[in-house]
Amino acid sequence: MSKALPTRALATTLLALVSVAAQAQAQNDHAAHGQADAQTAAPSTQTVAPAADPHAGHATSASGSTAAPAMDHGNMQMQGGSAPPDARDPHGYSNGLTLGSGDYAVPGVPRLMLADEHRFFSLRGETLERRFTRKGDDSTAYDLQAWYGTTYNKAVVKAEGDIAKGKLEESRTELLWGHAVAQYWDTQLGVRVDNGEGPSRQWLAFGIQGLAPYWFELEATGYVGSGGRTALRVEGSYELLLTQRLILEPRAELQFYGKDDPERGIGKGLAEASAGLRLRYEFSRQFAPYIGVERAGSFGRTADYVRAEGGRAQQTRWVAGVRFWF
Amino acid sequence: MPPRSPFVIAPPLGLSRRRFVQGLAAGGVLAGLSTPALRAFAQQGSATRGAAPVLKGTEFDLVIAESPVNFTGKPGVATTINGSLPAPTLRWREGDTVTIRVTNKLREATSIHWHGIILPYQMDGVPGISFNGIAPGETFTYRFKVQQSGSYWYHSHSGFQELTGMYGAIIIDPAGAETIRADRDHVLLFSDWTDEDPMRVFTKLKSQSDYYNYNQPTVFDFFRDASRDGMAAAIDKRKMWNEMRMNPTDLADLSAATLTYLANGVTPAGNWTALFRPGERVRLRMVNGAGNTFYDVRIPGLKLTVVHVDGVDVEPVTVDEFRFGPGETVDVIVQPRDDAYTIFAQAMDRTGYARATLAVREGLQAPVPALDPVEWLTMNDMMGSMMGGMDHGGSGQAMEMTGMTGMTGMTGMTGMGSGSMSGMDHGAMAGMNHGAMNHGGMAMDHSQHAAAAGGLAVPSTTARHARTEYGASTDMRVDMARTNLDDPGIGLRNNGRRVLTLADLHTPSGPLDKRGPGREVELHLTGNMERYAWSLDGLEFGKSTPVHFKHGERLRVILHNDTMMTHPMHLHGMWSELESPDGRFLARRHTLPVQPAQRISFLVTADALGRWAWHCHLMFHMDAGMFREVVVS
Repeated sequence: MSKALPTRALATTLLALVSVAAQAQAQNDHAAHGQADAQTAAPSTQTVAPAADPHAGHATSASGSTAAPAMDHGNMQMQGGSAPPDARDPHGYSNGLTLGSGDYAVPGVPRLMLADEHRFFSLRGETLERRFTRKGDDSTAYDLQAWYGTTYNKAVVKAEGDIAKGKLEESRTELLWGHAVAQYWDTQLGVRVDNGEGPSRQWLAFGIQGLAPYWFELEATGYVGSGGRTALRVEGSYELLLTQRLILEPRAELQFYGKDDPERGIGKGLAEASAGLRLRYEFSRQFAPYIGVERAGSFGRTADYVRAEGGRAQQTRWVAGVRFWF
Repeated sequence: MPPRSPFVIAPPLGLSRRRFVQGLAAGGVLAGLSTPALRAFAQQGSATRGAAPVLKGTEFDLVIAESPVNFTGKPGVATTINGSLPAPTLRWREGDTVTIRVTNKLREATSIHWHGIILPYQMDGVPGISFNGIAPGETFTYRFKVQQSGSYWYHSHSGFQELTGMYGAIIIDPAGAETIRADRDHVLLFSDWTDEDPMRVFTKLKSQSDYYNYNQPTVFDFFRDASRDGMAAAIDKRKMWNEMRMNPTDLADLSAATLTYLANGVTPAGNWTALFRPGERVRLRMVNGAGNTFYDVRIPGLKLTVVHVDGVDVEPVTVDEFRFGPGETVDVIVQPRDDAYTIFAQAMDRTGYARATLAVREGLQAPVPALDPVEWLTMNDMMGSMMGGMDHGGSGQAMEMTGMTGMTGMTGMTGMGSGSMSGMDHGAMAGMNHGAMNHGGMAMDHSQHAAAAGGLAVPSTTARHARTEYGASTDMRVDMARTNLDDPGIGLRNNGRRVLTLADLHTPSGPLDKRGPGREVELHLTGNMERYAWSLDGLEFGKSTPVHFKHGERLRVILHNDTMMTHPMHLHGMWSELESPDGRFLARRHTLPVQPAQRISFLVTADALGRWAWHCHLMFHMDAGMFREVVVS
């Protein structure tokens, strides 16, 4: 997951996150780009072109060869989009046959099954780290994602939390059905449970996760809880390969809530945000210790709750941990 | 396997990188001396060290079992045929009926597929299509009449057994006189080995598809380019890749980070040696039996006269180098005069090589060339003839992404990762006369399919994407694929050497069937690298339906590559008769490599009733679902 376009500042990313995520939902990855506005009509343009020869116009200009019209490949789209109504039928050559049955099928032979019908499993520890702050209220944090399933449909578990002084401060655990909807995007639908200090909260979750242009990893999830509670969580990261194994990862996370929840110390609006840089060394792809620094803050009424408990609304913390997967 | 020490001492912890890439000098099958055939072979001495035993005749007994091996210092287990890796070379005679009893001593089912051999479909050896596979403990008898001659190979078609050692060469002597004159004949089977469980490798790629790619663009590369070419150029070079989320160094899914490259089952350090006497005409029957690796083969100091490809004679063409992918075979004639030459087969991704030596006696060696630098994929490899037209459709003129500099402005190339192309300054297209060239090129392109519309004399050139190519399974589509066949491919363009291309191949006997095609079947090679999904028409095998060929029909197949990788496509049971973009017959093949953004066509005579497999011969692509069942009825 590389990169090497170190020109984008993290701040810009943050702003881009929400809009990119939203547009991705529309299954048009390219909409996020500058020019895209004028071109969002591209897929439909395509449908307008006569299918037999979408470039038919050019043929006529073969002798004339005036440059301008020939260049107008207005219907060209290399990624995404939607199929024109006259797109080729992938079963058009089958003549009604199905796999492993009918003419010449060998009796008693189960049909071939390949890995596209297998299920795979992966557990990824994005962060498992110790956080150090100047005040000494150090904590241990984890951010894990596991999935089980096929390329296009997966059960996804996400777990994130903080443990301080042997006690679970806060945790968020989600169980989701991940479904591939576009080249680089999965939708996720499921439930979320918050534990830790204060009463437990349950939510329904719907979000997207994927890869935005320029290799930004994005996650945006909206939540609806009991009692009219709503929330939005957006997370983005990027990987800068300094070398093939030394990788700098900027990462940011924003959490919004639609309603005050004093029992859990949460206020309406932007409640928490963090932005950090982690530098890891990949001894292998699957095992990479890292160090980093992160600025984390509470805002609005959430910050008030934190201060009321004697905490600091904003803090800088050093982190050291390990990223791993198997 | 013969004179190898059965006691390879594993190094203590901390296997050195060099050891890993080069392999152990004495690596290979460790307990391979158990069968009588091998023992006898072992006594022949070291002249053919590592070469597989040759079994000749009409009756064969093959036993599939596990054998301990050690190629890297780490003990592993291979799946072998008669305890040999590569498997024994089978020598048949055209016109004979051969009987091959295959006994399975594994704990899982197995199979053998006779690659490129024309036979009844029940003998083709694909579990789940042509038969049930060979259960543990069972013996399956293959029996068929040999109707062809030349150099072929055989391998397992079950799971990843091929990648773990189940491959061997087949030499079929012609019923009449041999058409290729040679004083000496060597089989050279290239393969690749991983110490990992191949299924584990696949799982890793599913989690992180660039797992084994350690040649990715880095920040330092960026600054180097920026200081050399300027910041704008450096950004441009990366822009489109980054927008599209594609990796310009995605040349092979696996690399030397897990693979050890083998020549006749011997590591580079082991240096398998083929002997000759100066002045002899030596025929090297080269087989690519690798699971994942395209090899670029050359013998510094020698011209290679290519005489036979995929088991079929071709008009001799003399080259310095050729690339071949898994499944393909290439026979060359060389006339060595010095004492020793290195047969150098570097992997397409340039992370390692297989190596052997051609020498007048054992123990000699010639210098081993350095690996060529890793090249980024080019515009040609992503966009096909849209770019191809700009460089005159010429083979070698790979236009680098830097060529994109300033090409913004081709209004409307929207999808392309959107912004990248728009606003291009045509004037900035260094040295390119836009109007003349590009449009000329396109106009030709179009006039061509205008002509095609009237009939099937020439292959169509208009991309007809399947409706299933617009979803999550497919990360890119090429609307204007390149159709020229004179491109040796990424990493071989303009390297100062004469490199074989598809356009060089001519089967002198012409097509097997003089009829023109009655229809066209167009299949698109598709994938999503990020998800590590591979398919045809955006549909993996499990979601697909068979492609039906009407018995006796002559049809045209078009393979249109909507990916950035080269796929060696193998149709079982029937020949693939490659044609030029203007519809002229070129060569009869069983496995055809299709380059990124390329569209090739071939004719098939559907004379083989039954069910057949058709797939990409890169093992992981095949297993991911880049596979179709073909029914001839």
